[in-house]
Amino acid sequence: MSNHKLNPNKWIDLYSDYLFNYTISRVSDREVAQDLVQDTFLAGLKSMGNFKGEASERTWLISILKRKIIDYYRKINSNKGKAEVRMSYNDTENEGDWLEERVADPFDKTAEDQIQNTELGDAIYNCLDKLPQKQAEVFKMKTIQGFETEVICNELNITPSNLWVIIHRARTAMANCLKENWF
Amino acid sequence: MGKIKIVIPCNEANHVCDKTQYKNATLWEKIKLNIHLLYCRACREYTKNNTKLTKAITKSHVTCLDKTAKEKMKEDLNKAIKEQAH
Repeated sequence: MSNHKLNPNKWIDLYSDYLFNYTISRVSDREVAQDLVQDTFLAGLKSMGNFKGEASERTWLISILKRKIIDYYRKINSNKGKAEVRMSYNDTENEGDWLEERVADPFDKTAEDQIQNTELGDAIYNCLDKLPQKQAEVFKMKTIQGFETEVICNELNITPSNLWVIIHRARTAMANCLKENWF
Repeated sequence: MGKIKIVIPCNEANHVCDKTQYKNATLWEKIKLNIHLLYCRACREYTKNNTKLTKAITKSHVTCLDKTAKEKMKEDLNKAIKEQAH
């Protein structure tokens, strides 16, 4: 019946970047995001018995991660709202306004942009997921982490011309994958 | 003066185009690429999409875990896997 199987030994190689990127675009703090991803893997391991094999491994892990993110926001929100700040005004016109209302919200204008960029980031990772593992690894190191060619070659023990062939294949595949919805 | 190679084949043009995306191409290489693009429609298309890909990645602010963080995670997860096996 079950089409999908779990293999926790490979989780970090296969999904940690995807989950991390998913988290960071939603909590915007590297450390918090890292902890949430770690928690997700451990929680996944504990509840492996509940996995029915209907969804892919990655989808299943994301569903756990989503709950972890919600829990995180619940926790930080429960610390809020315990104190209210009132301001005294000199002019009667503004009297009674809450301090909170006067705080400028610099994110408001760009909210839509941010949502779009979050979606774009998810789309990029979905496309990366379709690449062979080696290609994805080299592409990520070069493009996302911005390592120099030499560094990557030493690390992975490949020649520069190997690297550029891999990059070329990865970029062609990525462009094709993103073309339909994003270009 | 020796002959200077101005005309480059498509595979070389694409290679330079890839390098340009990472600012790894020299000025002379870029000049040769642009001359090639004047007459080669296929490479123009490739260059267009390649540039869009670079822009999309910059705009999306995608990021990934660094190596040490990953290794730490692996360690912890492996520990948990072993514990669970007992």
